Amino acid sequence: MIRPALYLGALALLILAPFVLYPVFLMKVLCFALFACAFNLILGYGGLLSFGHAAFFGGAAYVCGHALEVWGLPTPVGILLATLAAGVLGVLVGALAIRRQGIYFAMITLALAQMCYFFFITAPFTGGENGLQGVPRGSLFGLVNLQNDLNMYYFVLAIFLIGYFIVARTVHSPFGQVLRAIRDNEPRAVSLGYDVDRYKLLAFVLSAALAGLAGATKTVVFQLASLTDAHWHMSGEVVLMTLLGGLGTIPGPAIGAALIVTLQNKLATGPLSAWVPVVLGVIFVACVIAFRRGVVGEIQAFLRRSF
Amino acid sequence: MAGKGDYILKTEGLTKEFKGFTAVDSVDLTVRRHTIHALIGPNGAGKTTVFNLLTKFLTPTRGTIAFNGRDITRAKPAEIARLGVIRSFQISAVFPHMTALENVRVALQPRLGTTFHFWRPDSCLRVLDARAEELLDMVGLSSFAHDEVADLPYGRKRALEIATTLACEPELMLLDEPTQGMGREDVDRITRLIRQVAEGRTVLMVEHNLGVVSALCDRITVLQRGAVLTEGDYETVAADPRVKEAYMGKAA
Ligand SMILES: Nc1ncnc2c1ncn2[C@@H]1O[C@H](COP(=O)(O)OP(=O)(O)O)[C@@H](O)[C@H]1O
Ligand SMILES: [Mg+2]
Repeated sequence: MIRPALYLGALALLILAPFVLYPVFLMKVLCFALFACAFNLILGYGGLLSFGHAAFFGGAAYVCGHALEVWGLPTPVGILLATLAAGVLGVLVGALAIRRQGIYFAMITLALAQMCYFFFITAPFTGGENGLQGVPRGSLFGLVNLQNDLNMYYFVLAIFLIGYFIVARTVHSPFGQVLRAIRDNEPRAVSLGYDVDRYKLLAFVLSAALAGLAGATKTVVFQLASLTDAHWHMSGEVVLMTLLGGLGTIPGPAIGAALIVTLQNKLATGPLSAWVPVVLGVIFVACVIAFRRGVVGEIQAFLRRSF
Repeated sequence: MAGKGDYILKTEGLTKEFKGFTAVDSVDLTVRRHTIHALIGPNGAGKTTVFNLLTKFLTPTRGTIAFNGRDITRAKPAEIARLGVIRSFQISAVFPHMTALENVRVALQPRLGTTFHFWRPDSCLRVLDARAEELLDMVGLSSFAHDEVADLPYGRKRALEIATTLACEPELMLLDEPTQGMGREDVDRITRLIRQVAEGRTVLMVEHNLGVVSALCDRITVLQRGAVLTEGDYETVAADPRVKEAYMGKAA
């Protein structure tokens, strides 16, 4: 009863938002929200802390930038191709990492993502320190001009909603049930006959592909793919967004991303701009120590206690 | 049983060494089909380790394991489960953040062949609810079907574990101390339950409660310091002075 009303309200706000707020800012929020939701699939529902998701976000950003700028592919095709590429990279990284547990999984994903980062620095098609600039936004099949920020916003909103729906559906699917069981008690899932590594790998690949979708979309919005997208800071930020919003809740990471991006924007222009990393660090510590469920998780727990 | 021989499980020279310490020492174990077989012995005798070897949660240092005449020494744990050997754990093995119904349903899911389908709504799992409820009913958990399992009392969790194990239609059930830490009433209920579910199956169980063993088990293997001390029916084993000594030795 309450849930559909909340979702409809949120959708109405998202549709009306660009008339009140700066559309490019909103698009940035949506891209990172999708990134965080994708990340949550593997951390919140797979129970695996990946510290290398920037490789998928940044890798897809480059593939999309290259596809649009050099190959001149239509925008939706470029985004799709980049998403696919991130999924393939996810298979490779996942195949090497998925057998590790806990901190070893985090370490190996970080190491592999750093390898990707150094590859992006030296590879000829990434533009090195400059990145790929002036990526054309193009149009939707020649019908809708994406150069227009408002058109672009609704395109990004549609991509976000599709990605969000895929995450929500995956969580509430037969596969999602198995994934929950594995996270809850892995040895028991094995003893019931589940090849747990395969399920974790599928979750990882889905998460990587959707992170790629977010990165590719970001490239189209800002017409730029750069090393920042693939830097380990990015992997850390998405952990923070997810924790702040609420690990293992479906809307939580999107809200966490909105909060962090807003904060970064507010601080970046003020006198505190040099202090952004410190502020983020304080939020991180607060989340871990006092506020484990995150914004959405705390609200849910409060509602459960009160009713 | 016709065609498959008398023995469902047979180990030869099964051995597990941990850094020079031999936890399981050349165990030859044969479990006859359609019996309830007990594995007993003092704490640290290696009973749980034997279970871990049989289900390949640990890799044997030496020896072979055959299930239905087929060598499974090199199979993976999940494969062994799919062959029909389902184990429980000494500490209760449930999915605590799922409901009792969902717990059982997870074990039923593979038969739908949709366990990798991430694009379908989980409402398609409702076709399994009738069977899951039947299994819950069998272990007396009908009224808890929609409760989160973390909140259930300990005895109920163990009962749920049996329902989940049964959902896999196991040929051979391995139960590790199913009545451990239970009050009298729960012990009686679980004992009745095991007798009921053993119908048409084979059960290998670790059990400390000798009352339960004498009530249920057709055959008993006694383990001491990793090796088989003796084997036989309850009367034979209970009369064996070495068995008394093994247990008394522990007490003293
Ligand atoms: N993973 C392990 N590493 C080292 N020693 C172990 C391991 N598992 C069990 N052991 C040792 O093997 C012996 C048998 O343990 P266990 O099989 O749990 O006994 P039981 O179930 O009969 O009480 C114990 O001495 C235990 O400390
Ligand atoms: Mg034990």
